[in-house]
Amino acid sequence: MNKTVNQKAWLFVIPVFVLVAFNAIIPLMTVVNYAFQETFGNNVFMWEGTRWFKQILLSDRFHAALGRQILFTLIILFIQIPLGIFIALTMPKEGIGVSVCLVLMSMPLLIPWNVVGAMWNIFALPDIGFLGHSLNALGFDYNFTQQSGDAWFTTVLMDVWHWTSLVVLLSYAGLRSIQPAYYQAAEIDGASRWSVFRHIELPKMKKVLTIAILLRFMDSFMIYTEPFVLTGGGPGNATAFLSIDLVKMALGQFDLGPAAAMSLIYFFIVLTVCWVFYNLMMKNEGQS
Amino acid sequence: MSLELRNVEKKIGQETHIYETNLKLEKNTINVLLGSTLAGKTTLMQIMAGLDKPTNGEIWFNEKNVTGVKVQKRNVSMVYQQFINYPNFNVYDNIASPLKITGVDNNEIKNRVGKVAELLKLSPMLNKRPNELSGGQQQRTALARALVKDSDLILLDEPLANLDFKLREELREELPKLFEDRDCIVVYATTEPSDALLIGGYTATLLEGKIVQHGKTLEVYNQPNSLQSAQVFSDPPMNIAKIKKQGDVCSLISDDVSWKINSKLKDGEYKVGIRPHNITTYKEGSNSLEISGKVLISELSGSESLIHFTNGDLNWVSLSNGIHQKNVGEQTKLFMNSDEFLYFDESNKLVNNV
Repeated sequence: MNKTVNQKAWLFVIPVFVLVAFNAIIPLMTVVNYAFQETFGNNVFMWEGTRWFKQILLSDRFHAALGRQILFTLIILFIQIPLGIFIALTMPKEGIGVSVCLVLMSMPLLIPWNVVGAMWNIFALPDIGFLGHSLNALGFDYNFTQQSGDAWFTTVLMDVWHWTSLVVLLSYAGLRSIQPAYYQAAEIDGASRWSVFRHIELPKMKKVLTIAILLRFMDSFMIYTEPFVLTGGGPGNATAFLSIDLVKMALGQFDLGPAAAMSLIYFFIVLTVCWVFYNLMMKNEGQS
Repeated sequence: MSLELRNVEKKIGQETHIYETNLKLEKNTINVLLGSTLAGKTTLMQIMAGLDKPTNGEIWFNEKNVTGVKVQKRNVSMVYQQFINYPNFNVYDNIASPLKITGVDNNEIKNRVGKVAELLKLSPMLNKRPNELSGGQQQRTALARALVKDSDLILLDEPLANLDFKLREELREELPKLFEDRDCIVVYATTEPSDALLIGGYTATLLEGKIVQHGKTLEVYNQPNSLQSAQVFSDPPMNIAKIKKQGDVCSLISDDVSWKINSKLKDGEYKVGIRPHNITTYKEGSNSLEISGKVLISELSGSESLIHFTNGDLNWVSLSNGIHQKNVGEQTKLFMNSDEFLYFDESNKLVNNV
């Protein structure tokens, strides 16, 4: 069979290609460029091969930051996903309460990230902040700027406040899409509330929950602004998550090579986890 | 065994969904609730099931008042228009689910699920999940779940409405057989008069929250007690024309068509109801009347021809067997079988038997 050759079709791909090149490929490639070389400024580069990658992967500093990051993300997921589902289940299904709840739930999502950080910083100050002062008045020795446990507590609380709504809204949308006949059928069967949740609501929410977990994983794993404004990574390095540590290395110490290598490793971890997770969750899905 | 609604009424706020209703369904019968969308079929079924409480009135089952008794304690099963199955259970577990909850022993479950699955042709797919099945198979699974329980009351709420034509025909033929040897009352809600005729049993015609007529399906069809009942039980819609009776001659008011009638009815004005299939392009019956009209639309479907035409100031619908091509705007002659005419008086009561 003779295929007609029409090279003009490539012309139509050019705009998209240029766009993607400028916003993704070229920036990424400059990072790749730095990751394999050493520079002392003046645009002089020396080839270093995989040295930076080895250095990062073997460094205690990276391990510590990665450990903190994984712990933080796990805590966030274990609190926000169940809490979000629980709140969505208790939300009203009809009437004026629906819009009231939806608006209230959306509020935290509408606040700019560094405003959230600043708000919680002031809110949690041990001397004048409402939270910090109240906790101290109740007899707790609370000071998030000096005690790492308190800094973690405040960061987690802030993130839960800021992002649980997203899980709630997604779960709520999933729940509302379940036809009432399912609940009736379960009622006729005499199924318990737990069975209804386990065998109807949870499977029906599977897709939105997959999205919710993915979004919350990515966002919490890449968190920067809020803890940067709240604790600045401190006290010490207690809340220096990967991206905070990365910025310190790249801009604070100007170690461009290792920072570039760390960026690529960081990017690779996020990509791999998302890919594996998505495929696991969708493995048993039918075509529909 | 019988199910009885006594003076049942359902209001939501100021709106009445079901007007005062008395209905008695007998043991081992299939009862079709026939009515258009929003006629109150689903509401009535939910009241029968105990999923919903009537505002007034009582529900009696087996000579016991069960008003307000919860659905779990009533041994009821229900099948919906949507295909409702547990999404993460396979077909076997889905069918077994009502038995498991009531704590039936495992061998017994296996036995009963096997039988029902065989009956509904689900045996080859017991290990599949609902989302791997076709719509027809999903609905069969839902039906199997309703049957496996040995319920006293099985409610089917437009179970075939979401299926495509072929699957619908197939399952519709099987349905009456499924309930044949069962000790239960079946209620089947549908908007399609043809469903009622195929299923047989008893039919209750419903209009705007009122039961117009309840009786054996063929009796309701052949002897509708009122114009409303006849209209609910006619698809395509029934033709209704005003007539004048004088002596033993009836004539259409809108046109010069008249025929003889043998009846003791008083002279005066009446309405005649003519089902579309009693107006045809060919003569049928011994008392066939000619009517002429201008063709509005002519539709061919399968082996039937649907011709819409105007006569006088009325729009008429005729349904003939076979393919009869008519051009739009054409003047045409059709034949009405006057043996099948239904006569109604001013208050829309049937007067054929007077």
